[in-house]
Amino acid sequence: MARAVTPQRKVINTALAWGVGLLIFFPILWTILTSFKTEAQAIADPPLFLNFDWTLENYAIVQERSDYMRFLWNSVIIAGGSTLLGIVIAVPAAWSMAFVPGRWTKDILLWMLSTKMLPAVGVLYPIYLIFIKLGLLDSRGGLVVVLMLINLPIIVWMLYTYFKEIPGEILEAARMDGAGLREELLYVLTPMAIPGIASTVLLNIILAWNEAFWTLNLTAAKAAPLTAFIASYSSPEGLFYAKLSAASTMAIAPILILGWFSQKQLVRGLTFGAVK
Amino acid sequence: MATQHSRSAARLMMAPAVVLLLGWMLVPLIMTLYFSFRKYLPLRGGDLGWVGFDNYVRFITSSAFWPAVQATLMIVGGVLLITVVLGVVLALLLDQPMWGQGIVRILVIAPFFVMPTVSALVWKNMFMDPVNGLFAHLWKAFGAEPVAWLSEASLPSIIMIVSWQWLPFATLILLTAIQSLDSEQLEAAEMDGAPALKRFWFIILPHLSRAITVVVLIQTIFLLSIFAEIFVTTQGSFGTRTLTYLIFQRVLESQNIGLGSAGGVYAIILANIVALFLMRIVGKNLDA
Repeated sequence: MARAVTPQRKVINTALAWGVGLLIFFPILWTILTSFKTEAQAIADPPLFLNFDWTLENYAIVQERSDYMRFLWNSVIIAGGSTLLGIVIAVPAAWSMAFVPGRWTKDILLWMLSTKMLPAVGVLYPIYLIFIKLGLLDSRGGLVVVLMLINLPIIVWMLYTYFKEIPGEILEAARMDGAGLREELLYVLTPMAIPGIASTVLLNIILAWNEAFWTLNLTAAKAAPLTAFIASYSSPEGLFYAKLSAASTMAIAPILILGWFSQKQLVRGLTFGAVK
Repeated sequence: MATQHSRSAARLMMAPAVVLLLGWMLVPLIMTLYFSFRKYLPLRGGDLGWVGFDNYVRFITSSAFWPAVQATLMIVGGVLLITVVLGVVLALLLDQPMWGQGIVRILVIAPFFVMPTVSALVWKNMFMDPVNGLFAHLWKAFGAEPVAWLSEASLPSIIMIVSWQWLPFATLILLTAIQSLDSEQLEAAEMDGAPALKRFWFIILPHLSRAITVVVLIQTIFLLSIFAEIFVTTQGSFGTRTLTYLIFQRVLESQNIGLGSAGGVYAIILANIVALFLMRIVGKNLDA
Protein backbone atom coordinates (compact mmCIF):
# COMPACT_ATOMS: atom_id res chain seq x y z
CA MET A 1 0.00 0.00 0.00
CA ALA A 2 1.57 3.18 -1.17
CA ARG A 3 0.74 5.95 1.24
CA ALA A 4 1.64 9.50 0.45
CA VAL A 5 4.36 10.84 2.71
CA THR A 6 6.58 13.86 2.67
CA PRO A 7 9.98 13.43 0.99
CA GLN A 8 11.70 14.12 4.32
CA ARG A 9 9.81 11.26 5.97
CA LYS A 10 10.79 8.99 3.12
CA VAL A 11 14.46 9.92 3.45
CA ILE A 12 14.37 9.25 7.20
CA ASN A 13 12.58 5.92 6.68
CA THR A 14 15.08 4.89 4.07
CA ALA A 15 18.12 5.78 6.17
CA LEU A 16 16.71 4.08 9.25
CA ALA A 17 15.67 0.92 7.46
CA TRP A 18 18.96 0.58 5.59
CA GLY A 19 20.88 1.13 8.81
CA VAL A 20 18.97 -1.58 10.64
CA GLY A 21 19.08 -3.90 7.63
CA LEU A 22 22.85 -3.60 7.29
CA LEU A 23 23.30 -4.11 11.03
CA ILE A 24 21.33 -7.35 10.92
CA PHE A 25 23.12 -8.50 7.80
CA PHE A 26 26.54 -7.50 9.12
CA PRO A 27 27.60 -10.88 10.62
CA ILE A 28 27.06 -12.49 7.21
CA LEU A 29 28.86 -9.68 5.40
CA TRP A 30 31.73 -9.87 7.89
CA THR A 31 32.01 -13.63 7.36
CA ILE A 32 32.15 -13.20 3.59
CA LEU A 33 34.76 -10.43 3.86
CA THR A 34 36.90 -12.41 6.30
CA SER A 35 36.91 -15.39 3.97
CA PHE A 36 39.00 -13.33 1.52
CA LYS A 37 41.63 -12.29 4.07
CA THR A 38 44.79 -14.06 5.17
CA GLU A 39 44.71 -15.50 8.70
CA ALA A 40 46.90 -12.63 9.93
CA GLN A 41 44.62 -10.02 8.39
CA ALA A 42 41.57 -11.77 9.81
CA ILE A 43 42.69 -11.10 13.38
CA ALA A 44 44.36 -7.75 12.70
CA ASP A 45 43.93 -5.12 15.39
CA PRO A 46 42.21 -2.81 14.54
CA PRO A 47 40.02 -4.96 12.26
CA LEU A 48 40.34 -4.49 8.50
CA PHE A 49 37.16 -3.85 6.55
CA LEU A 50 37.93 -3.49 2.85
CA ASN A 51 41.54 -2.37 2.89
CA PHE A 52 43.23 -5.77 2.73
CA ASP A 53 44.76 -7.91 0.00
CA TRP A 54 41.93 -10.02 -1.28
CA THR A 55 42.90 -13.67 -1.59
CA LEU A 56 41.19 -16.92 -2.52
CA GLU A 57 43.71 -19.12 -0.73
CA ASN A 58 41.31 -20.03 2.13
CA TYR A 59 38.84 -21.57 -0.28
CA ALA A 60 41.60 -23.68 -1.80
CA ILE A 61 42.91 -24.75 1.60
CA VAL A 62 39.48 -25.69 2.96
CA GLN A 63 38.78 -27.84 -0.07
CA GLU A 64 42.21 -29.45 -0.01
CA ARG A 65 42.32 -30.23 3.70
CA SER A 66 38.84 -31.43 4.36
CA ASP A 67 37.49 -32.51 1.03
CA TYR A 68 34.73 -29.92 1.14
CA MET A 69 33.10 -31.28 -2.01
CA ARG A 70 32.20 -34.53 -0.27
CA PHE A 71 30.29 -32.71 2.48
CA LEU A 72 28.63 -30.49 -0.09
CA TRP A 73 27.58 -33.52 -2.08
CA ASN A 74 26.18 -35.17 1.07
CA SER A 75 24.16 -32.02 1.78
CA VAL A 76 22.84 -31.95 -1.77
CA ILE A 77 21.83 -35.62 -1.68
CA ILE A 78 20.27 -35.42 1.78
CA ALA A 79 18.39 -32.14 1.28
CA GLY A 80 17.39 -32.85 -2.32
CA GLY A 81 16.61 -36.53 -1.78
CA SER A 82 14.48 -36.02 1.30
CA THR A 83 12.54 -33.23 -0.41
CA LEU A 84 11.87 -35.19 -3.58
CA LEU A 85 10.85 -38.31 -1.66
CA GLY A 86 8.60 -36.16 0.50
CA ILE A 87 6.97 -34.57 -2.56
CA VAL A 88 6.29 -37.95 -4.15
CA ILE A 89 4.51 -39.12 -1.01
CA ALA A 90 2.82 -35.83 -0.17
CA VAL A 91 1.38 -34.81 -3.56
CA PRO A 92 -1.20 -37.62 -3.75
CA ALA A 93 -2.13 -37.12 -0.08
CA ALA A 94 -2.51 -33.34 -0.30
CA TRP A 95 -4.33 -33.74 -3.60
CA SER A 96 -6.96 -36.08 -2.25
CA MET A 97 -7.46 -34.01 0.88
CA ALA A 98 -7.92 -30.81 -1.14
CA PHE A 99 -10.24 -32.22 -3.81
CA VAL A 100 -12.04 -35.10 -2.11
CA PRO A 101 -12.30 -33.92 1.48
CA GLY A 102 -13.88 -36.42 3.81
CA ARG A 103 -15.20 -36.29 7.34
CA TRP A 104 -11.74 -36.79 8.82
CA THR A 105 -9.66 -34.60 6.51
CA LYS A 106 -9.31 -31.74 8.95
CA ASP A 107 -8.38 -34.04 11.81
CA ILE A 108 -5.83 -35.87 9.71
CA LEU A 109 -4.21 -32.59 8.67
CA LEU A 110 -3.98 -31.38 12.25
CA TRP A 111 -2.67 -34.72 13.44
CA MET A 112 0.03 -34.66 10.77
CA LEU A 113 1.07 -31.23 11.96
CA SER A 114 1.20 -32.46 15.53
CA THR A 115 3.81 -35.08 14.63
CA LYS A 116 6.04 -32.15 13.68
CA MET A 117 5.88 -30.96 17.27
CA LEU A 118 7.44 -34.12 18.65
CA PRO A 119 10.77 -33.01 20.17
CA ALA A 120 13.56 -34.83 18.39
CA VAL A 121 15.55 -35.40 21.56
CA GLY A 122 12.63 -37.36 23.02
CA VAL A 123 13.03 -40.04 20.39
CA LEU A 124 16.80 -39.75 19.91
CA TYR A 125 17.72 -43.12 21.34
CA PRO A 126 15.02 -45.18 19.59
CA ILE A 127 16.01 -43.72 16.23
CA TYR A 128 19.69 -44.19 17.07
CA LEU A 129 19.01 -47.83 17.98
CA ILE A 130 16.94 -48.48 14.87
CA PHE A 131 19.72 -46.93 12.78
CA ILE A 132 22.33 -49.20 14.37
CA LYS A 133 20.17 -52.31 13.94
CA LEU A 134 19.47 -51.52 10.29
CA GLY A 135 23.05 -50.46 9.58
CA LEU A 136 21.89 -46.95 8.68
CA LEU A 137 24.14 -45.02 11.03
CA ASP A 138 26.32 -42.60 9.05
CA SER A 139 24.50 -43.36 5.80
CA ARG A 140 22.93 -40.83 3.47
CA GLY A 141 19.93 -43.09 2.85
CA GLY A 142 19.00 -43.13 6.52
CA LEU A 143 19.15 -39.36 6.80
CA VAL A 144 17.12 -38.91 3.62
CA VAL A 145 14.33 -40.94 5.22
CA VAL A 146 14.49 -39.20 8.61
CA LEU A 147 14.56 -35.69 7.14
CA MET A 148 11.76 -36.62 4.76
CA LEU A 149 9.66 -37.74 7.73
CA ILE A 150 10.28 -34.66 9.83
CA ASN A 151 9.40 -32.38 6.92
CA LEU A 152 6.52 -34.41 5.49
CA PRO A 153 3.88 -32.60 7.58
CA ILE A 154 5.07 -29.23 6.28
CA ILE A 155 5.16 -30.50 2.71
CA VAL A 156 1.62 -31.91 2.94
CA TRP A 157 0.37 -28.71 4.53
CA MET A 158 1.91 -26.37 2.01
CA LEU A 159 0.71 -28.42 -0.93
CA TYR A 160 -2.74 -28.66 0.61
CA THR A 161 -3.04 -24.88 0.93
CA TYR A 162 -1.87 -24.42 -2.67
CA PHE A 163 -4.18 -27.10 -4.08
CA LYS A 164 -7.10 -25.63 -2.16
CA GLU A 165 -6.72 -22.47 -4.22
CA ILE A 166 -7.32 -24.31 -7.49
CA PRO A 167 -11.03 -23.76 -8.26
CA GLY A 168 -13.08 -26.95 -8.32
CA GLU A 169 -15.24 -25.66 -11.20
CA ILE A 170 -12.34 -26.18 -13.58
CA LEU A 171 -12.35 -29.86 -12.74
CA GLU A 172 -16.07 -30.10 -13.35
CA ALA A 173 -15.72 -28.35 -16.67
CA ALA A 174 -12.99 -30.78 -17.69
CA ARG A 175 -15.16 -33.71 -16.66
CA MET A 176 -18.09 -32.37 -18.68
CA ASP A 177 -15.80 -32.22 -21.66
CA GLY A 178 -15.19 -35.92 -21.16
CA ALA A 179 -11.83 -35.89 -19.41
CA GLY A 180 -11.06 -39.05 -17.45
CA LEU A 181 -9.24 -39.10 -14.13
CA ARG A 182 -5.91 -39.47 -15.93
CA GLU A 183 -6.41 -36.56 -18.33
CA GLU A 184 -7.78 -34.49 -15.50
CA LEU A 185 -4.66 -35.03 -13.43
CA LEU A 186 -2.21 -34.69 -16.28
CA TYR A 187 -3.55 -31.81 -18.33
CA VAL A 188 -5.75 -29.80 -16.00
CA LEU A 189 -4.48 -30.01 -12.46
CA THR A 190 -0.76 -30.54 -12.88
CA PRO A 191 -0.05 -27.33 -14.82
CA MET A 192 -1.99 -25.34 -12.23
CA ALA A 193 -0.21 -27.03 -9.35
CA ILE A 194 3.36 -26.62 -10.58
CA PRO A 195 4.02 -23.20 -8.95
CA GLY A 196 2.79 -24.46 -5.58
CA ILE A 197 4.88 -27.60 -5.82
CA ALA A 198 7.94 -25.56 -6.80
CA SER A 199 7.62 -23.27 -3.78
CA THR A 200 7.17 -26.26 -1.52
CA VAL A 201 10.29 -27.89 -2.90
CA LEU A 202 12.26 -24.69 -2.39
CA LEU A 203 11.30 -24.19 1.23
CA ASN A 204 11.92 -27.80 2.12
CA ILE A 205 15.34 -27.89 0.58
CA ILE A 206 16.20 -24.93 2.80
CA LEU A 207 14.82 -26.60 5.92
CA ALA A 208 16.59 -29.89 5.21
CA TRP A 209 19.87 -28.19 4.29
CA ASN A 210 19.99 -26.40 7.64
CA GLU A 211 18.68 -29.23 9.82
CA ALA A 212 21.19 -29.67 12.62
CA PHE A 213 19.97 -32.19 15.14
CA TRP A 214 19.69 -35.44 13.25
CA THR A 215 22.50 -34.58 10.85
CA LEU A 216 24.83 -34.01 13.82
CA ASN A 217 23.76 -37.06 15.80
CA LEU A 218 23.35 -39.68 13.09
CA THR A 219 26.43 -39.08 10.95
CA ALA A 220 30.17 -39.47 11.44
CA ALA A 221 32.72 -39.27 8.66
CA LYS A 222 31.02 -40.82 5.67
CA ALA A 223 27.60 -39.23 5.34
CA ALA A 224 28.21 -35.96 7.19
CA PRO A 225 26.64 -32.95 5.44
CA LEU A 226 27.79 -29.33 5.72
CA THR A 227 26.12 -28.75 9.10
CA ALA A 228 28.38 -31.40 10.63
CA PHE A 229 31.40 -30.23 8.63
CA ILE A 230 31.06 -26.74 10.08
CA ALA A 231 30.47 -28.13 13.58
CA SER A 232 33.88 -29.82 13.30
CA TYR A 233 35.35 -26.31 13.29
CA SER A 234 34.12 -25.69 16.83
CA SER A 235 37.66 -26.31 18.09
CA PRO A 236 40.45 -25.65 17.60
CA GLU A 237 40.27 -24.95 13.86
CA GLY A 238 37.58 -22.36 14.57
CA LEU A 239 40.35 -20.04 15.69
CA PHE A 240 41.49 -19.84 12.08
CA TYR A 241 38.95 -17.20 11.21
CA ALA A 242 39.69 -16.91 7.51
CA LYS A 243 39.27 -20.62 6.91
CA LEU A 244 36.20 -20.83 9.13
CA SER A 245 34.75 -17.95 7.12
CA ALA A 246 35.54 -19.54 3.78
CA ALA A 247 33.96 -22.83 4.86
CA SER A 248 30.93 -21.00 6.26
CA THR A 249 30.47 -18.85 3.18
CA MET A 250 30.48 -21.92 0.95
CA ALA A 251 28.01 -23.69 3.25
CA ILE A 252 25.45 -20.88 3.34
CA ALA A 253 25.77 -19.34 -0.13
CA PRO A 254 23.52 -21.76 -2.04
CA ILE A 255 20.77 -21.51 0.57
CA LEU A 256 20.97 -17.73 0.87
CA ILE A 257 20.31 -17.50 -2.84
CA LEU A 258 17.46 -20.04 -2.77
CA GLY A 259 16.12 -18.38 0.35
CA TRP A 260 15.78 -14.99 -1.25
CA PHE A 261 13.55 -16.51 -3.89
CA SER A 262 11.33 -18.11 -1.29
CA GLN A 263 10.57 -15.26 1.12
CA LYS A 264 6.88 -15.26 0.28
CA GLN A 265 6.49 -19.01 0.66
CA LEU A 266 8.28 -18.89 3.97
CA VAL A 267 5.32 -17.31 5.72
CA ARG A 268 2.84 -19.76 4.28
CA GLY A 269 5.06 -22.77 4.86
CA LEU A 270 6.03 -22.04 8.41
CA THR A 271 2.73 -20.79 9.77
CA PHE A 272 0.63 -23.53 8.20
CA GLY A 273 -1.72 -21.00 6.68
CA ALA A 274 -2.44 -19.35 10.02
CA VAL A 275 -1.03 -16.02 8.79
CA LYS A 276 -1.70 -14.85 5.28
CA MET B 1 -19.27 -34.21 -6.52
CA ALA B 2 -17.18 -36.97 -4.99
CA THR B 3 -18.33 -40.44 -5.90
CA GLN B 4 -17.79 -43.61 -3.93
CA HIS B 5 -15.11 -44.51 -6.43
CA SER B 6 -13.17 -41.29 -6.04
CA ARG B 7 -13.47 -41.52 -2.27
CA SER B 8 -11.74 -44.84 -2.10
CA ALA B 9 -9.13 -43.61 -4.57
CA ALA B 10 -8.58 -40.62 -2.28
CA ARG B 11 -8.07 -42.87 0.71
CA LEU B 12 -5.53 -44.86 -1.22
CA MET B 13 -3.65 -41.72 -2.18
CA MET B 14 -3.50 -40.60 1.42
CA ALA B 15 -2.41 -43.96 2.79
CA PRO B 16 1.38 -43.75 2.30
CA ALA B 17 1.72 -40.39 4.04
CA VAL B 18 -0.58 -41.40 6.89
CA VAL B 19 1.04 -44.79 7.44
CA LEU B 20 4.57 -43.39 7.35
CA LEU B 21 3.84 -40.59 9.79
CA LEU B 22 1.94 -42.95 12.07
CA GLY B 23 4.95 -45.27 12.14
CA TRP B 24 7.36 -42.38 12.61
CA MET B 25 5.33 -41.17 15.56
CA LEU B 26 4.35 -44.41 17.27
CA VAL B 27 7.40 -46.67 16.98
CA PRO B 28 9.98 -44.35 18.59
CA LEU B 29 7.40 -43.05 21.07
CA ILE B 30 6.56 -46.52 22.31
CA MET B 31 10.26 -47.39 22.50
CA THR B 32 11.01 -44.25 24.51
CA LEU B 33 8.13 -45.03 26.86
CA TYR B 34 9.36 -48.60 27.26
CA PHE B 35 12.97 -47.58 27.96
CA SER B 36 11.86 -44.93 30.43
CA PHE B 37 10.61 -47.65 32.77
CA ARG B 38 13.79 -49.71 32.61
CA LYS B 39 17.29 -49.46 33.99
CA TYR B 40 19.12 -49.55 30.70
CA LEU B 41 22.86 -48.89 30.50
CA PRO B 42 24.22 -50.21 27.18
CA LEU B 43 27.86 -49.79 28.24
CA ARG B 44 27.47 -50.95 31.82
CA GLY B 45 25.49 -54.20 31.84
CA GLY B 46 22.77 -53.48 29.25
CA ASP B 47 19.09 -53.81 30.10
CA LEU B 48 18.88 -54.39 33.86
CA GLY B 49 15.12 -54.74 34.07
CA TRP B 50 11.97 -52.92 35.13
CA VAL B 51 12.30 -50.07 37.61
CA GLY B 52 8.84 -48.50 37.57
CA PHE B 53 8.86 -44.71 37.83
CA ASP B 54 12.40 -44.61 39.21
CA ASN B 55 13.83 -42.83 36.17
CA TYR B 56 11.09 -40.21 36.22
CA VAL B 57 11.75 -39.45 39.86
CA ARG B 58 15.52 -39.47 39.42
CA PHE B 59 15.36 -37.19 36.41
CA ILE B 60 13.53 -34.41 38.21
CA THR B 61 15.35 -34.86 41.51
CA SER B 62 18.81 -34.77 39.92
CA SER B 63 20.80 -31.63 40.67
CA ALA B 64 20.98 -30.84 36.93
CA PHE B 65 17.22 -30.72 36.40
CA TRP B 66 16.14 -27.36 37.82
CA PRO B 67 19.08 -25.44 36.39
CA ALA B 68 18.21 -26.98 33.02
CA VAL B 69 14.57 -25.91 33.33
CA GLN B 70 15.74 -22.46 34.30
CA ALA B 71 18.16 -22.21 31.35
CA THR B 72 15.47 -23.43 28.96
CA LEU B 73 12.94 -20.89 30.23
CA MET B 74 15.48 -18.07 30.11
CA ILE B 75 16.47 -18.85 26.54
CA VAL B 76 12.93 -19.37 25.25
CA GLY B 77 11.58 -16.37 27.15
CA GLY B 78 14.50 -14.11 26.27
CA VAL B 79 14.45 -14.94 22.58
CA LEU B 80 10.66 -14.57 22.38
CA LEU B 81 10.75 -11.18 24.07
CA ILE B 82 13.53 -9.86 21.84
CA THR B 83 12.22 -11.25 18.55
CA VAL B 84 8.59 -10.21 19.10
CA VAL B 85 9.34 -6.68 20.30
CA LEU B 86 12.01 -5.99 17.69
CA GLY B 87 9.98 -7.89 15.11
CA VAL B 88 7.00 -5.56 15.56
CA VAL B 89 9.25 -2.48 15.39
CA LEU B 90 11.04 -3.77 12.29
CA ALA B 91 7.83 -4.80 10.58
CA LEU B 92 6.39 -1.32 11.16
CA LEU B 93 9.57 0.23 9.79
CA LEU B 94 9.69 -2.00 6.73
CA ASP B 95 6.05 -1.24 5.99
CA GLN B 96 6.86 2.46 5.56
CA PRO B 97 7.40 3.90 2.08
CA MET B 98 11.13 4.02 1.29
CA TRP B 99 13.70 3.51 -1.42
CA GLY B 100 15.14 0.03 -1.87
CA GLN B 101 12.52 -1.72 0.27
CA GLY B 102 13.11 -5.04 -1.47
CA ILE B 103 16.83 -5.00 -0.74
CA VAL B 104 16.34 -4.08 2.91
CA ARG B 105 13.89 -6.94 3.26
CA ILE B 106 16.46 -9.33 1.86
CA LEU B 107 19.12 -8.05 4.27
CA VAL B 108 16.79 -8.48 7.23
CA ILE B 109 15.62 -11.97 6.28
CA ALA B 110 19.08 -13.37 5.46
CA PRO B 111 20.03 -14.67 8.94
CA PHE B 112 17.13 -17.12 8.83
CA PHE B 113 18.81 -19.01 6.00
CA VAL B 114 22.15 -19.40 7.73
CA MET B 115 22.58 -22.91 9.10
CA PRO B 116 22.61 -23.02 12.92
CA THR B 117 26.14 -24.39 13.18
CA VAL B 118 27.49 -21.57 11.01
CA SER B 119 25.76 -18.78 12.87
CA ALA B 120 26.75 -20.18 16.26
CA LEU B 121 30.41 -20.57 15.27
CA VAL B 122 30.68 -17.22 13.53
CA TRP B 123 29.22 -15.46 16.55
CA LYS B 124 31.31 -17.47 18.99
CA ASN B 125 34.68 -16.96 17.30
CA MET B 126 34.50 -13.84 15.22
CA PHE B 127 32.33 -11.69 17.45
CA MET B 128 32.38 -13.01 21.01
CA ASP B 129 35.95 -14.21 21.29
CA PRO B 130 37.55 -12.26 24.17
CA VAL B 131 40.85 -11.75 22.32
CA ASN B 132 40.22 -11.52 18.59
CA GLY B 133 36.47 -11.06 18.45
CA LEU B 134 35.00 -7.94 16.96
CA PHE B 135 33.24 -7.11 20.23
CA ALA B 136 36.58 -7.28 22.02
CA HIS B 137 38.04 -4.75 19.54
CA LEU B 138 35.00 -2.56 19.98
CA TRP B 139 35.20 -2.70 23.77
CA LYS B 140 38.92 -1.89 23.69
CA ALA B 141 38.28 1.02 21.32
CA PHE B 142 36.08 2.52 24.03
CA GLY B 143 38.62 1.72 26.70
CA ALA B 144 36.58 -1.06 28.28
CA GLU B 145 37.78 -4.49 29.35
CA PRO B 146 36.80 -7.15 26.72
CA VAL B 147 34.20 -9.64 27.92
CA ALA B 148 34.58 -13.42 27.60
CA TRP B 149 31.00 -13.59 26.38
CA LEU B 150 30.33 -17.30 26.27
CA SER B 151 31.75 -18.03 29.72
CA GLU B 152 31.00 -14.85 31.67
CA ALA B 153 27.67 -13.98 30.07
CA SER B 154 26.81 -17.34 28.58
CA LEU B 155 23.01 -17.23 28.67
CA PRO B 156 22.70 -13.71 27.24
CA SER B 157 25.19 -14.68 24.53
CA ILE B 158 23.17 -17.73 23.50
CA ILE B 159 19.97 -15.67 23.63
CA MET B 160 21.62 -13.07 21.39
CA ILE B 161 22.76 -15.67 18.82
CA VAL B 162 19.40 -17.41 18.69
CA SER B 163 17.51 -14.09 18.55
CA TRP B 164 19.58 -13.08 15.54
CA GLN B 165 18.50 -16.30 13.84
CA TRP B 166 14.80 -15.94 14.64
CA LEU B 167 14.25 -12.18 14.33
CA PRO B 168 13.81 -12.50 10.53
CA PHE B 169 11.08 -15.08 10.98
CA ALA B 170 9.14 -12.90 13.42
CA THR B 171 9.65 -9.81 11.28
CA LEU B 172 8.54 -11.47 8.08
CA ILE B 173 5.34 -12.89 9.56
CA LEU B 174 4.45 -9.67 11.37
CA LEU B 175 5.15 -7.69 8.19
CA THR B 176 2.82 -9.97 6.25
CA ALA B 177 0.16 -9.39 8.89
CA ILE B 178 0.64 -5.60 8.87
CA GLN B 179 0.32 -5.50 5.11
CA SER B 180 -3.07 -7.17 5.34
CA LEU B 181 -4.33 -4.34 7.55
CA ASP B 182 -7.01 -2.23 5.94
CA SER B 183 -5.26 1.08 5.31
CA GLU B 184 -8.55 2.99 5.16
CA GLN B 185 -9.11 2.31 8.81
CA LEU B 186 -5.75 3.82 9.65
CA GLU B 187 -6.34 6.82 7.43
CA ALA B 188 -9.71 7.41 9.02
CA ALA B 189 -8.11 7.32 12.47
CA GLU B 190 -5.42 9.67 11.28
CA MET B 191 -7.99 12.15 9.94
CA ASP B 192 -9.87 11.99 13.22
CA GLY B 193 -6.66 13.17 14.81
CA ALA B 194 -5.57 9.99 16.58
CA PRO B 195 -1.85 10.32 17.38
CA ALA B 196 0.59 7.70 16.06
CA LEU B 197 0.96 5.94 19.40
CA LYS B 198 -2.79 5.57 19.79
CA ARG B 199 -3.14 4.31 16.23
CA PHE B 200 -0.50 1.71 17.01
CA TRP B 201 -2.03 0.68 20.32
CA PHE B 202 -5.69 0.55 19.30
CA ILE B 203 -5.58 -0.46 15.64
CA ILE B 204 -2.27 -2.03 14.64
CA LEU B 205 -1.50 -4.06 17.76
CA PRO B 206 -4.95 -5.69 18.02
CA HIS B 207 -4.71 -6.54 14.32
CA LEU B 208 -1.33 -8.15 14.95
CA SER B 209 -2.38 -10.12 18.01
CA ARG B 210 -3.08 -13.30 16.10
CA ALA B 211 0.16 -13.14 14.13
CA ILE B 212 2.06 -12.52 17.38
CA THR B 213 0.40 -15.53 18.95
CA VAL B 214 1.39 -17.68 15.99
CA VAL B 215 4.97 -16.40 16.11
CA VAL B 216 5.19 -17.09 19.84
CA LEU B 217 3.81 -20.62 19.56
CA ILE B 218 5.83 -21.70 16.54
CA GLN B 219 9.03 -20.22 17.89
CA THR B 220 8.44 -21.82 21.29
CA ILE B 221 8.24 -25.24 19.69
CA PHE B 222 11.49 -24.69 17.78
CA LEU B 223 13.25 -22.92 20.67
CA LEU B 224 12.47 -25.66 23.16
CA SER B 225 14.57 -27.96 21.02
CA ILE B 226 17.53 -25.78 19.99
CA PHE B 227 20.58 -27.96 19.97
CA ALA B 228 23.33 -27.04 17.50
CA GLU B 229 23.77 -23.53 18.93
CA ILE B 230 24.73 -25.02 22.30
CA PHE B 231 26.55 -28.03 20.87
CA VAL B 232 29.14 -25.90 19.04
CA THR B 233 29.47 -23.07 21.57
CA THR B 234 29.42 -24.07 25.24
CA GLN B 235 28.58 -27.77 25.09
CA GLY B 236 26.13 -27.13 27.89
CA SER B 237 28.66 -25.63 30.32
CA PHE B 238 28.44 -22.23 32.05
CA GLY B 239 24.76 -22.73 32.86
CA THR B 240 23.60 -23.19 29.28
CA ARG B 241 22.50 -26.80 29.65
CA THR B 242 18.90 -26.75 28.48
CA LEU B 243 16.42 -29.57 28.95
CA THR B 244 17.08 -30.75 25.40
CA TYR B 245 20.82 -30.71 25.93
CA LEU B 246 20.54 -32.47 29.29
CA ILE B 247 18.54 -35.29 27.71
CA PHE B 248 21.05 -35.50 24.86
CA GLN B 249 23.89 -35.86 27.36
CA ARG B 250 22.06 -38.51 29.38
CA VAL B 251 21.33 -40.54 26.27
CA LEU B 252 24.41 -40.27 24.08
CA GLU B 253 27.20 -39.09 26.38
CA SER B 254 26.55 -40.99 29.63
CA GLN B 255 24.53 -43.69 27.84
CA ASN B 256 21.92 -43.83 30.56
CA ILE B 257 19.02 -44.65 28.28
CA GLY B 258 16.39 -45.17 30.96
CA LEU B 259 17.03 -41.81 32.57
CA GLY B 260 17.32 -40.02 29.24
CA SER B 261 14.09 -41.57 28.00
CA ALA B 262 12.22 -40.43 31.10
CA GLY B 263 13.55 -36.93 30.36
CA GLY B 264 12.43 -37.37 26.77
CA VAL B 265 8.90 -38.14 27.91
CA TYR B 266 8.87 -34.94 29.96
CA ALA B 267 10.05 -33.00 26.90
CA ILE B 268 7.35 -34.56 24.73
CA ILE B 269 4.65 -33.66 27.26
CA LEU B 270 5.94 -30.09 27.48
CA ALA B 271 6.03 -29.67 23.70
CA ASN B 272 2.54 -31.08 23.39
CA ILE B 273 1.11 -28.55 25.80
CA VAL B 274 2.43 -25.75 23.58
CA ALA B 275 1.37 -27.57 20.43
CA LEU B 276 -2.19 -27.90 21.70
CA PHE B 277 -2.60 -24.12 21.70
CA LEU B 278 -1.02 -23.77 18.27
CA MET B 279 -3.28 -26.48 16.86
CA ARG B 280 -6.35 -24.69 18.10
CA ILE B 281 -5.40 -21.52 16.22
CA VAL B 282 -4.41 -23.34 13.07
CA GLY B 283 -7.54 -25.49 13.22
CA LYS B 284 -9.81 -22.46 13.48
CA ASN B 285 -8.32 -21.12 10.30
CA LEU B 286 -8.85 -24.36 8.42
CA ASP B 287 -12.07 -24.68 6.48
CA ALA B 288 -11.63 -28.23 5.32
